[in-house]
Formats: sequence, C-alpha cells, structure tokens
Amino acid sequence: MMDPFLLYSLTGVGLLVVGLHGLIARPHLLRKLIALNVMGGGAFMLLVAVAYRNAGEAPDAVPHAMVLTGIVVAVSATAFALSLIRRLHAATGRVTLDDDGDEDDEPARAVGRSEAGDRPAGDASR
Amino acid sequence: VSASVLDPVLALAIVGLAWAALASHDLFRGVVLYIVFGLTMALAWARLRAPDIALAEAAVGAGLTGALLLDAVARLGRNAPGSGPHRTERIARVIAPLAVASLGILLVLAVLELPRDPGGLTALIEANLERSGVANPVTGVLLAFRAFDTWLEVAVLLVAALAALSVRRADDLRDLPVPRVTDPMLAALPRVLVPLMVLAAGYLFWLGTRSPGGAFQAGAVLASAGVLLLLAGRAGVDRLPPRALRLALTAGVIAFLAAALAPFAGGRRVLELDPASAGTVIVLVESAITLSIAVTLALLFAGARGAEDSRG
Repeated sequence: MMDPFLLYSLTGVGLLVVGLHGLIARPHLLRKLIALNVMGGGAFMLLVAVAYRNAGEAPDAVPHAMVLTGIVVAVSATAFALSLIRRLHAATGRVTLDDDGDEDDEPARAVGRSEAGDRPAGDASR
Repeated sequence: VSASVLDPVLALAIVGLAWAALASHDLFRGVVLYIVFGLTMALAWARLRAPDIALAEAAVGAGLTGALLLDAVARLGRNAPGSGPHRTERIARVIAPLAVASLGILLVLAVLELPRDPGGLTALIEANLERSGVANPVTGVLLAFRAFDTWLEVAVLLVAALAALSVRRADDLRDLPVPRVTDPMLAALPRVLVPLMVLAAGYLFWLGTRSPGGAFQAGAVLASAGVLLLLAGRAGVDRLPPRALRLALTAGVIAFLAAALAPFAGGRRVLELDPASAGTVIVLVESAITLSIAVTLALLFAGARGAEDSRG
C-alpha cells in the first residue's frame, strides 16, 4: 500500500493542478474563485502531508499553525473577492473578465442599474 | 474495511469532487460539490493527524465559504455565461493543458525529492512547550513561538474587512437592507441554533489551550452564528453601533500590540512573554482574537451581500 505521505502529497498536487486548470479554463469569475480555493487546499494538503511525514505519530505543529491561519485568511480573501464580483455584476451586468463584448450578459440590466459616474472608463468609451 | 483502503478512497474523492465542482455547468451544483469537497478535506485532515485543521476546515471551508458562495449564486444566477466561443476559452484551450501539465510534473518531481527530516520542529516545540504557557502545541506555535505571524495574520483580516467596507463605500453596515424572511423555519432556526453555536464556540475556545481547538475555530463558529442571524433577518453584526463595530474589528490587533509591548516593562524583548504569566496573557489575547475573527467574518459576509447596494 502507498505511504500516506506520498498519497496525500500527490492529492495536494492533484488539487493544485485541477485548480489551475479551472482558473485558466473557466470564464465565470465565481468558478475562478472556487478554483483558487481548490489550489489553496492543495497547498495546505502538501504542507500537512510534510508535517505528517516528518513526525508520523506526533506531527509537526508549525505547518499545522500555518495552515490554520491560512484557512482563515483564505475565507476572508474569498469574501472580499465576492464583494468585488457582486459589485462588478451590479455595475456592468457581467460575471466574467472578457471585454471583447462577444457575450450578451443582460446588457439592459447593466444600463439600468449602474450609476453614470460609476462605469469603468473602458465601458463608457464604447 | 481497513484504514489502508480509506486513504486512497478519500484521496480520489477529494480530487474528483474538486474537478466536478469546477466542471459542472450548473453553478449551484458546483458550489454544493465544493461544500462536499470541504467536508471531505476535513476527513483528510483528521487522517493526517491534524485535528485543529479538521475543526477549522469543517467550520470555515465547508460552512462559511459555502454560505458565501451560495449567497452569491442566488444573486448572480446559477447558469454559467455564454457557451459560445469565448475569447478566454479559446486561449485557455491552448494554454491550460500546457500550464497544468508542467505544474503537475514539476510538483510531482519536487514531492519525490523532498528530504526526509525526522521530527521537523517537533522536538524543539516539545522541549519548549512548557515555557509557552499552553499545552496544545498548535496553540503554542500560534500564540507564543510564532506569535508575530499570527499578529500580522489578524491584521490581514482587519485589512480584508476594511477593503470590503470600501467596496460598499460605507463606514458601517447599518443601511444594509434587512431580508424579509417569510419562511417560518428560517425565522425560528436562530432561536434553536445560535445558543448551541455560542456554546460550541465557548467549548472550543476553552479546549484550545490544551487540546485541539482555540481562537480560530471558536471565532469561525461564532461568525457562522452571526451569518445565520443575518440570513434570518435578525439583529446581527450589521446593527452594531459604528464604535462597537470598530472596537470588535480591531480588538485582536490591539490585544496583540499590548502583549507585544508589555514585556518591555520587565526588561524583556518584544512579544517575549514571562513564562509565569504567559498562559493568562495568551487566553486574554485569544479572547480578543476570537471576537475579532467572529465579527470580521460575519461583516465580510454582510459586506459581500451589500456589495450591490453601495451608495454611489
């Protein structure tokens, strides 16, 4: 049977890979945010696997403390990113970072909702 | 079923759930899969003998992040945008496999090359744990040995809260629209759950000095109680007077500042606690951190909800 350290480190690598793919390939910002969180989970898993490998029965508490603070920082960064995404959606009606205008994400709603002085410069010039 | 089967199944489930969460066409389904992913991660942390992280993951990774994402899906709509030829998607089709393959290969090589370092810092922590004032090694690392890191981490939370408030262009949350709750279940739920959550948070906090638990887990559970109050339309963090809100947000950073400067009076260095009183100081700082984490996370949830309704 595979050594748990190796198994969970490779799981961590798998999460980083799956997350990076999602981050690049998925246009929806919410999905990009989930992808970033998956990548974070992969990094945490690598750290905790190393702590496990080094000490077995009594794992190293330093990586544990780092991951613990990392989880709390990750959720606060996620919440902040969500308020930016929701603000972007309210102001422009878009949920992606595309600016070539090939999608039709409720343009009528965008005009209706946004305040005149609030539009991004690139948006106003079009 | 022996434990040797559990680990590979968990590992496969974790990667598979992450993939499914990102690949699903329905965003709501994706978020639900991500929440299940968080709970499965908590099991993996327990398997890796990291109970402190398992507790935090269950409260934060599966609970708070899930609530945040579900609330956003409810607002943004559950359908992924345009299945047509997206520019980013066309580029991604070329770049993504290359980037993903090279990252994967590099990381696998790095994992196989990792030096075996028996013990890591475990022996050093064990030798000094008594001087830290607490008996849980993770709390010892967080509040004594690497207290400076934790101090800055609490400051990062404060910055996140300030940034979320800037997006709303408001200095408090009192103009936040109160949701009209028509569901009698949701209206009654806080009466049952919030006291239990406060009790659980208190227990986690009390445990933290000698076994898994502590300020981070307790703060996350309290924040979940705050989120529940907000969702049920009850008075929550949004109804705090600005002065109380500011005090709660900064309590952790200020308590750490006091703990950092106090040792100067006894001729010690910054953050160098007197082993005789370290336990008491750590509990005081942890109480402040618990309050700050709880209020900050609940405010971040409220801030994300109110992001659309900013005063221009």
